[in-house]
Amino acid sequence: MKRKWRDSGLAALMLGPSAVILVLFVIYPLIKAMWLGQQRCGVTSCTNSGLRQYVDAFRSNEFQDSLIVTAKYALITVPIGLVLGVGLAVLADKYMRGVGLFRTIFSSTVATSVAVASVMWFFLLNPSVGVLAEWIGGRAKTPGLLQSPGLALWAVSASSIWANLGFTFIVVTAGLQGVPKDLYESAFVDGAGGFRRFTNVTLPMISPTLLFASVVLTTRAFQSFGEIDLLTAGGPKGETTTLTYLAYGSGLPTSNDDGLRATVSVLLFFVLLILALVQFRGLEKRVHYGN
Amino acid sequence: MAYPSRVAQVRLKNLTKQFDGVTAVEDINLDIADREFMVLLGPSGCGKSTLLRMIAGLEDPTEGEVWIGDLMVNDTLPKQRDVAMVFQSYALYPHKTVQENIEFPLKVRNVPKPERAAAALEAASSLGLAEYVGRKPGALSGGQRQRVALARAIVRNPAVFCMDEPLSNLDAKLRGETRAELIALHQRLNSTFVYVTHDQVEAMTMGTRIAVMSRGHLEQVGTPQDVYDKPASVFVAQFVGMPPMNILPPGSLEPGPHVVGVRPEHLHFRGDGPLTMMVQLVEKLGHETLITGVIGDKRVVVRQDSEESLPAVGDRVQLDAPEATRHRFDAITERRIDA
Repeated sequence: MKRKWRDSGLAALMLGPSAVILVLFVIYPLIKAMWLGQQRCGVTSCTNSGLRQYVDAFRSNEFQDSLIVTAKYALITVPIGLVLGVGLAVLADKYMRGVGLFRTIFSSTVATSVAVASVMWFFLLNPSVGVLAEWIGGRAKTPGLLQSPGLALWAVSASSIWANLGFTFIVVTAGLQGVPKDLYESAFVDGAGGFRRFTNVTLPMISPTLLFASVVLTTRAFQSFGEIDLLTAGGPKGETTTLTYLAYGSGLPTSNDDGLRATVSVLLFFVLLILALVQFRGLEKRVHYGN
Repeated sequence: MAYPSRVAQVRLKNLTKQFDGVTAVEDINLDIADREFMVLLGPSGCGKSTLLRMIAGLEDPTEGEVWIGDLMVNDTLPKQRDVAMVFQSYALYPHKTVQENIEFPLKVRNVPKPERAAAALEAASSLGLAEYVGRKPGALSGGQRQRVALARAIVRNPAVFCMDEPLSNLDAKLRGETRAELIALHQRLNSTFVYVTHDQVEAMTMGTRIAVMSRGHLEQVGTPQDVYDKPASVFVAQFVGMPPMNILPPGSLEPGPHVVGVRPEHLHFRGDGPLTMMVQLVEKLGHETLITGVIGDKRVVVRQDSEESLPAVGDRVQLDAPEATRHRFDAITERRIDA
């Protein structure tokens, strides 16, 4: 009995630091945000509106529009990012001279901050000096892709896809290296060509990696802020105002109300939670784990 | 799909394979007859798997030619060689059911679904897998997985089966049972089998002929009995047979500059024998006894069926071997010198 108490004390001591960090930096901010989300705040004071504020905010045009923009943004960036990441990883998964250089180049974007990537894309797409803007030409010239209605979201998406490519490439490369070579050889002897080997061996074998990457990329898409803020500031006409930008951006109805910002953040949290659940539930049946 | 030929004689002509300048297989010439069960036997790294992979089309020869039937297949894709391969790891697709695994070679050949389902079920049934067709490989035992790999190989009735140590992941009991199944399968399918193993028991019990390899070279090709009775070199003599053949230095058993090999069962205790052995170990195995000792600095093993008049550890005993049971090898080349 005495020993059990001593062990429990030791366990509490060991877990203590992690528990303190978890409470301070995760649980407390979450509860605080949920509480703040029920307030309407002015410059000096807040008044409690209750849980009704979440329902009202969810039904508001601003939130619905941002949700649609965010969903569009995710639908553009996640599939294209995954396809490009898998494509590059499959190309670089060959034993040939110089492939190490390509792996370094393809994975380098993971070490690039959102700010640096955004500034780089800002100049690439700048209608006056941007190389990409010059190549694309015509319509991109004025007012520029980033301010062009209908194209701005695609332009920001391009920046985001590029910035996330390194992550997808590294994760998929790791997944590919776990696929037994025998499976490819067996399929090859059985007569499967490159495409059939890809669809029958590669894709099923890296399905857990793809699920993981898609959940992370979707979460990142829903949380994107830096590239939106730096490239378009939510414009033109709110076409790139994502949920995160609605919560943190300037020049919006929510800008001067910390309570509303918290409401949007908490709603975003639940949207992401539901999305992750849907992704796991929907895709898990198609994912193969282990032997 | 037009196959090269149903006559599945495999001929390897001056076959060499190098990896980054390192020679894995050198100048191999081997004829494998149609419907033969040829075993490629040798220690790890001797090049036997590389040789098999060149037959299957998974490796391109650096030099030489691979013939299957009457076609040279060096530049032919594996699927056009009419060859099936069974891997050591079984290489089953873990996300597919047993049925889907077995069907796969037919699916890639665009065989209609009802036909391939029937063929897969037939192949599965012939190997006692009918009740497992809906399971995934992860839910099967090692022996069952191995049989699924065999079923996947036989389902499209290839002319040549290439097998790369397919039994090495099984336990001893299952390995013995599966050996018998493979022999029966070979007789039933009437196809050419090329089988790689480092296990001499597998080679001796299954092969129509054995090709013993060492360091990328063929040491000897012959029937299991030939290889056992007349090993072509000291390497073969010591690799085939358990315990291995005793190699005695020149002049110790008989006059002459050659080394003499004697199987443990052919060494006898005889009071006036020319060899003196210091006994170091006596192992009673039930059906036989192994007596290990040294002659000079050479380790020697004597196998005796009876437990009568066994020496004790530390005894000095005299040994002899009948003239007819002695194998003579050149002391330098280590090749056999008697007929």
